[in-house]
Amino acid sequence: MSALAAEMAAKALQMGIPLSVQLDLTYRCNERCVHCYLDHRDHGEMATAEILDLLDQMAAAGVFYLTISGGEIMMRKDFFEILEHARARTFCVKLKTNGVLIRAAQAERIHALGVQSVQISIYSHRPEVHDAVTKMPGSLRQSIRAARLLRERGVQVIFANVLMRQNVRDYSGVKALAAGLGAQFILDPTITPMMDGDRSILDLNVDEAALREVFRNEALVGNAEEFCAPPQGPDADALDSLPCSAGHTACYVSPYGDVYPCVQFPLPSGNVRSVKFADIWRHSPQLNEVRSITLRDMPACSQCTHGGTCTRCPGLAYLEGNMRGPSYQDCEKSFARTGIASENLKSKKASSQPFPSSQLIQIQCLPPAEAIFNAGTPPESAANA
Amino acid sequence: MNDTRYMARSAAIASRPLGDETMVMSAASSTLFTLDEIATLLWESADGVTPLDEIVRNKICARYDIPPDVALRDAENFIQQLAGHGILLISDKPLAAANSSPRETR
Ligand code: SF4
Ligand code: SF4
Repeated sequence: MSALAAEMAAKALQMGIPLSVQLDLTYRCNERCVHCYLDHRDHGEMATAEILDLLDQMAAAGVFYLTISGGEIMMRKDFFEILEHARARTFCVKLKTNGVLIRAAQAERIHALGVQSVQISIYSHRPEVHDAVTKMPGSLRQSIRAARLLRERGVQVIFANVLMRQNVRDYSGVKALAAGLGAQFILDPTITPMMDGDRSILDLNVDEAALREVFRNEALVGNAEEFCAPPQGPDADALDSLPCSAGHTACYVSPYGDVYPCVQFPLPSGNVRSVKFADIWRHSPQLNEVRSITLRDMPACSQCTHGGTCTRCPGLAYLEGNMRGPSYQDCEKSFARTGIASENLKSKKASSQPFPSSQLIQIQCLPPAEAIFNAGTPPESAANA
Repeated sequence: MNDTRYMARSAAIASRPLGDETMVMSAASSTLFTLDEIATLLWESADGVTPLDEIVRNKICARYDIPPDVALRDAENFIQQLAGHGILLISDKPLAAANSSPRETR
């Protein structure tokens, strides 16, 4: 993040502005990636008019960065209508797509609409590996075609490479492929649980040795010695720091209008079909609870030697059953980075079943909106409302 | 010689007010700009049809104690800078504004 962007984020935090939102248009998809955390069904997606109205509300609330994602965004027939509306509201739009449905005409429109960047998921430079992950023959060829068409028009393209057992040796190939097309490259070494809490796909995560290799690859992390330096333990500033932007300057909206602190933090916090976006943002007890948590409030992490440097994700911790708790996957990453195991990692490794299924958080339905936001309202005034 | 200048916001930008400032992002270069209060007034007035000197007179000089010639000179410099980054279009003829004013959405 540039210094200016960090300054703007700090100002947004101080003013309570939701600077960035990820809006998923659909969970439907034309690929069936082995590691995907979505169910690919339509349980009643927001209609076009609902989404356009939501975009108006988000612009009014001060949202600047808008990531439009899915599922596959182009599965929605109204995708370009939504995108046009988003750009007319002057959002800084980033698209996440597999690119399969982007031909010259779509690339032209994306360019003409001034989209900031298009992130395309590429799992390998080898078709047999990529297509085996997506379970769609020919998908690598089509995704690369999309990248080329966009690059020819000057659109920024980012290749997002999720690292898993299937493609553990291929990230350098994807990085070279990106460079050849003038695209950027990002590597995500974490497979996350399904949104319903099912952790079975975590078996696809790469092992510790592979993670260690990634963290020592200077082409990816810069100065490896610095990146993998032994932790110092959290100082006073770190103890008062906020875990991440989720719920502070950012949130996520699902295709059904559910608001969560982040796409990776499925704590139901309101639904825009019954409550205005700005009211959810300001008054949701769930978002306010997330906002109240600093490292000091996390019993294990505040005592952990990695506390000040760990990439702990509160969403993953929530999926493990406690948003103030450690995230096992981040304990693993801290270990792979520094060779020093956290107490949580040691104790989880010592037990044969780190996450009994009864501990898993499932996506819950929210109580009716009135019950959430009018909790303190006397019955008579509620009746008069 | 016709010194009248018209300015319009580029279609390839994103923008949003943040307090009394405005964030502007160029899609072409991914460069983020922030405009202060006075620059924001100019930015919001860049409708493609109102001449710059009129904007400076009615929006800047009417609010701030700045001599008109100084305000116009500073405004000229400022819009040339933004034009150099491709986020503002300048012409000696009226232009169509590419985007609605960011404030219109509030
Ligand atoms: S750390 Fe986790 S919850 Fe926070 S922004 Fe990142 S993915 Fe979302
Ligand atoms: S390593 Fe584990 S326990 Fe330590 S700070 Fe990170 S998530 Fe918390």
